[in-house]
Amino acid sequence: MASAAQRRIKAISYAKYGYMFIAPFFLVYCFFQVWPLIYTFILSFKGNQAANADWVGFDNYSTILFGRGSAAGAAATHEEFARALGNTFILWFGNFIPQILLSLLLAVWFTDAKVKLPGKGFFKIVMYMPNIITAASVAALYVNLFGDSKYYFINATLMKLGMAEPIQFIADPTNAKIMVMFIQTWLWFGNTMIMLMSGIMGINPSLFEAADIDGANSGQQFFKITLPLLQPIMVYTLVTSMIGGLQMFDIPYLFHNGAQFSKHLETVAVYIYYNFNKGTVEQASYGYAGAASIIIFAITAVLGSITFYMNRDKDAIAKKKQRKKAEKQYKAKMKQGGLTL
Amino acid sequence: MSLKSDYGQPKDNYHAKIIAKSACIFAVCVILTLICLVPIYILIVNSTHDHMHLSANPSNFWFGSSLGNNFKTLMNNLPDDASKSLKRVATQYHNAFNVGQGYFNSLIIAGCTTLLTVFFSAMTAYGLTVYEFKLNSAAYTFIIAVMMIPVQVSSAGFVRFMYSLHLINNFIPLIVPAIAAPAVIFFMVSYMKSSFPLDIVEASRIDGCGEFRTFLTIAIPMMKPAIAVQAIFAFVANWNNYYTQNMILKNEKLATVPIMVSKVLAFDKNIDNGVNFLCVTLSILPIVIVYFILSKFIIAGVALGGVKE
Repeated sequence: MASAAQRRIKAISYAKYGYMFIAPFFLVYCFFQVWPLIYTFILSFKGNQAANADWVGFDNYSTILFGRGSAAGAAATHEEFARALGNTFILWFGNFIPQILLSLLLAVWFTDAKVKLPGKGFFKIVMYMPNIITAASVAALYVNLFGDSKYYFINATLMKLGMAEPIQFIADPTNAKIMVMFIQTWLWFGNTMIMLMSGIMGINPSLFEAADIDGANSGQQFFKITLPLLQPIMVYTLVTSMIGGLQMFDIPYLFHNGAQFSKHLETVAVYIYYNFNKGTVEQASYGYAGAASIIIFAITAVLGSITFYMNRDKDAIAKKKQRKKAEKQYKAKMKQGGLTL
Repeated sequence: MSLKSDYGQPKDNYHAKIIAKSACIFAVCVILTLICLVPIYILIVNSTHDHMHLSANPSNFWFGSSLGNNFKTLMNNLPDDASKSLKRVATQYHNAFNVGQGYFNSLIIAGCTTLLTVFFSAMTAYGLTVYEFKLNSAAYTFIIAVMMIPVQVSSAGFVRFMYSLHLINNFIPLIVPAIAAPAVIFFMVSYMKSSFPLDIVEASRIDGCGEFRTFLTIAIPMMKPAIAVQAIFAFVANWNNYYTQNMILKNEKLATVPIMVSKVLAFDKNIDNGVNFLCVTLSILPIVIVYFILSKFIIAGVALGGVKE
């Protein structure tokens, strides 16, 4: 029995408190995120540098995508953007493949009940550590260790061991790309490993026991049980890593000699940043930066909806369907019952 | 085909195989651990050598004795009889990498953002789980949908907007947006759904407790585990955020640790390698120490983030 007070409370509508609790989030989000996004969209239709107030329509898009805009140097701008997009893809691919393979291998090893591994907790802590360090400092660390001349640690050590010429780790485009891939893998493999581990630990252990009894070796267990059941979390990792890859900024931007970032490491994020951050409003190219941002936004939206689709609660949807079906049946029955009565 | 050939000898070398496998895995793990730790060790070692020594012999594996001198150069605290070139180096480094100022600025930004993020995210999550209202599910769907939008996408408009509001060289555009953290809200909503009984809210209503007081005195203490995990991640993310800070903070006095590191990296003359290494060490050390103290929570938090998906 509900008391009088309980009944009275049930009668009060608390909806207004709900709005009050979520209001700060939406106000701040609209002011600092939604409006800047719309503003970026508007800027992508406006001119660059001194002409930043002029409306140019799709000129910026046709410049950076096809090099056919009316502005001077449209072809060069297109080339730069295309190179940035290519670099983003190469750098992402080159760090994702080794990262996912290494993380998967480690996650399987760490969750294997048969393997006796001392210091598992310590390994996990150390392998996650690079992820916590400031990316700017990581770039500085690697620049100071892998400098191009014989005055830097790695080259000096290699020459001590008998190498003749110092390796150009930073100035050479291919080496620099490999270095950035290595640093990105170094930063992220621990994080991916822990995510995959928690995914594997969510798999029912009796499946592995049954496979063991049936004589499946660890390779078979991995390909027939672990991998198929890990698919949702793998898709999630893939998509978040792709979106993260589109944002790759700190390491490619800071891994350079001297004062300017390396052109051969320029990613889309660096391209956007460089274009809107060139000094004052009259010197910056907000139009190109805006158009590139909107292109990235479109790519992200597609990738995001894939995860959203993959991760939706399949059980809940199935249950909903079942409930509706049951309701229908019940109603039909009632109708029949009504008729027979 | 006999059973025996199918399944092999019973228990043949089973133990030896397991031990061999474990040993191999252990070796790989040790190698990876070294790859993670050695760069940092070398960094710390090299920051204890002076420039003269490092130019003659850059590959050092053990500590030197010049840490104090490097530190004095960095703090621009040289003896009067120091050479002119060294004084030039010291001024350059001190202007770009003012350690105390950098730590202070980074602490202010990371501290304030962390407080705002966890408090307002808990509040939004509470509003979404406890109350039923028309736009509830629409609001939640919106939060999930915007969770993955990268910062880069709106940053051009953001900076232009901040220029027009005269908020460049101000901490406000770095701190206030922390109120809106969709990913943190998502985490907290799933935490509340699993471990926050709504009967408690009703009980406190019957006892005459106001809605905000219920949130502050009952909900927040019950959500402590989720808040702690998210606070650590928010702090680290904001301490490390180079992208946004670098586009808003142009004034040298407001520079944070990542900005200072990038400035040191951009020097092309008067470079002192020992001080260079010391700068990077000083930028890494606090976060690494905090990490090793809190590592258990952090690893558990990362794993939790994986499970929920």
